Amino acid sequence: VTIRIDELVDDRRVVICCGTGGVGKTTTAAVLALEGARRGRNACVVTIDPARRLADALGIAHLTNDPTEIDRKLWAEIDGRATDPGDDEAVVAGGRLSAMMLDTKSTFDLLVSRNASSPEQAQRILDNTFYRNVSGALGGTQEYMAMEKLHELHDEGNFDLIVVDTPPTRHALDFLDAPKRLTRLLDNRVFRLLMMPTRAYLRVASVAVQTFLRTVARVVGSEVIEDVVAFFRAFEGMEEGFRTRAQVVGDLLTDPSTAFVLVTSPRRDAMQEATFFGDRLAEAGQSVQALIVNRVHPAFGDETPAGLRAAADALRSAPADVPKDEAARLSALYDNLADFREIATLEREHMEALRDRIGGETALAYVPYLAHDVHDFTTLHEVARLLFDTVSTQ
Amino acid sequence: MEVAEFCSTSRVVIVAGKGGVGKTTVTAALAITAARAGRSVLIVEVEGKSGLPAMFDAPALGYEEIDLDPRIRARFLTPDAALVDYLVTHGMKRISKRLAASGALDVVATAVPGMKDILVLGKVKSIEETRAADLVIVDAPAAGHAITFLLSARGLLDAVRVGPIRKQAQDVVSLLSDPARCQVMLVTLAEETPVSEVVDTAFAIEDRAGVALGPVVVNGCFTPLPVPVSANASAILDDGRSTGRFVSQREADDLARAAAFLEERHALQNEQIQRLRELLPLPQIELPFVFNPDITRPQLDTLADAFELGVEKL
Repeated sequence: VTIRIDELVDDRRVVICCGTGGVGKTTTAAVLALEGARRGRNACVVTIDPARRLADALGIAHLTNDPTEIDRKLWAEIDGRATDPGDDEAVVAGGRLSAMMLDTKSTFDLLVSRNASSPEQAQRILDNTFYRNVSGALGGTQEYMAMEKLHELHDEGNFDLIVVDTPPTRHALDFLDAPKRLTRLLDNRVFRLLMMPTRAYLRVASVAVQTFLRTVARVVGSEVIEDVVAFFRAFEGMEEGFRTRAQVVGDLLTDPSTAFVLVTSPRRDAMQEATFFGDRLAEAGQSVQALIVNRVHPAFGDETPAGLRAAADALRSAPADVPKDEAARLSALYDNLADFREIATLEREHMEALRDRIGGETALAYVPYLAHDVHDFTTLHEVARLLFDTVSTQ
Repeated sequence: MEVAEFCSTSRVVIVAGKGGVGKTTVTAALAITAARAGRSVLIVEVEGKSGLPAMFDAPALGYEEIDLDPRIRARFLTPDAALVDYLVTHGMKRISKRLAASGALDVVATAVPGMKDILVLGKVKSIEETRAADLVIVDAPAAGHAITFLLSARGLLDAVRVGPIRKQAQDVVSLLSDPARCQVMLVTLAEETPVSEVVDTAFAIEDRAGVALGPVVVNGCFTPLPVPVSANASAILDDGRSTGRFVSQREADDLARAAAFLEERHALQNEQIQRLRELLPLPQIELPFVFNPDITRPQLDTLADAFELGVEKL
């Protein structure tokens, strides 16, 4: 049974939009949340780094670590007009739409404060230089905090649909690995030794470890090592809490009420990446439930590029009695259609191959190349209609 | 400007831009342009699973250089491998393997923000110094990370007061701030958001990182039809009748819609190119849209032709 894309916004509680950078993930997440709200759900979109104009439209121009509800008037009226209740595209009463932009650092700070055994322990960690770098710069922290925030909204918010945009990484897989990277850092064997009380540390730390630390200090300076040691000492006793939390957050990802949507573009590299992602999700016991392909070129009929090229060539080498201007115009038009048919055919082949590879149940929907940017509710509604009304189900 | 002159403006070109604008494609097109002008080129990829080798029908990149073309080589450069290299050349060979393998690099790199970027750029600097190629092209990380990548050396100078890493950062800053050694080539699409972002990135790179900017490459530009046409089915049917070519109503509609689409994209694109020109006083090189989602050598050659034309017009 093929999943219908409507099911995602009608029935699921969590929808996670994954994909490589530059494929329209943030926009897609906003569209899905908007469509959920339109259908009467209390929806929230968690964005990571929206383009400025989209953020302005969503009313989240600044980092707001808590969801802000968007005035119904702004999103429910299209072009300033309330929709006709008799219309299929009408906005259902009761739907609500909220948005937030993830603030990685304050999410992490809150996590530390909640897990610390005392306010003093929390403060020691929050003040530590190394911690400030972890919360600001460690690869994967942003991804992990997006999941942490998701979990918090899931448990504590009243939302019945949460759509999460994931950070713009070159590799969609990074999102799945994020909690592991953080726990791996906290579990690091060499640095765990540092967390032992000073004397025990001296006893256990082998000559090799001491040499190692001296070397590191030689390269980056001893202050840095002192910061790291102070951090791991301050963090003592909290690793277990963090690990448990990572597990709980991970469980939410494999819950049946959670859906993964893979956003991609029909380019070969994006498609390959999407294939890897599908395989990885399968390993983790999840599946891609919808594949949304953005920036697909319009099909413009069904003629073969070769036939069109032949027509263009025939017109170019037409006998002298054929009017020149007319023949030149017509051959240019045939060549142009051949170009668009060529890319449209190849793109559709890629999309079908990807869907076959990912599994027959996956919903496949595509959004044609738009002549304009999507950065307000009018254009978000337009994409929603394209997405929900032109679903291809083979 | 002559292509040969352009290709020797600086020894390192860092190609940067938002994800999805075609940085890797532009990297490859620039490499072919330089190779045609007789330069030897080394492409350095800094992020995994690059689409570059597939464009040249070559196997995946590793830390060792591979040949993509008689004059173009490519390699991959990871912070881990760059660190091992660094430690080995600084007499710390014994410790190097373990530092990378134990995952301790993650800890150290977190303690020193920008450390990974410095290691990679430091390696680029030593490649440049040994004149491993006439032109070194770095396919930079995507989007905002490109700015962080280029700012890392200055940031590290503030954070680390002593030691060899500081020296490394100083060397990287002198590479980046010398236009004869290094410049950044920004890539964008002629669309609203990519244009806005490339303008912000350009100012950030010039003001904060102090790196010279080369021309902006506007990728994926639609070329207008060679003759003016009317995107109108009945006009097309008329042309069919007068040329004796049978055109069905359906075909006329498809021809008209495709022509109208091109016209519309072209008009929007010109608007954005104009906007970019007003917001960013840098010369532009336009590369044509390729009607194929899979870029391979024939498409790269077409793009290199366009690149040469663009350079000659500078």
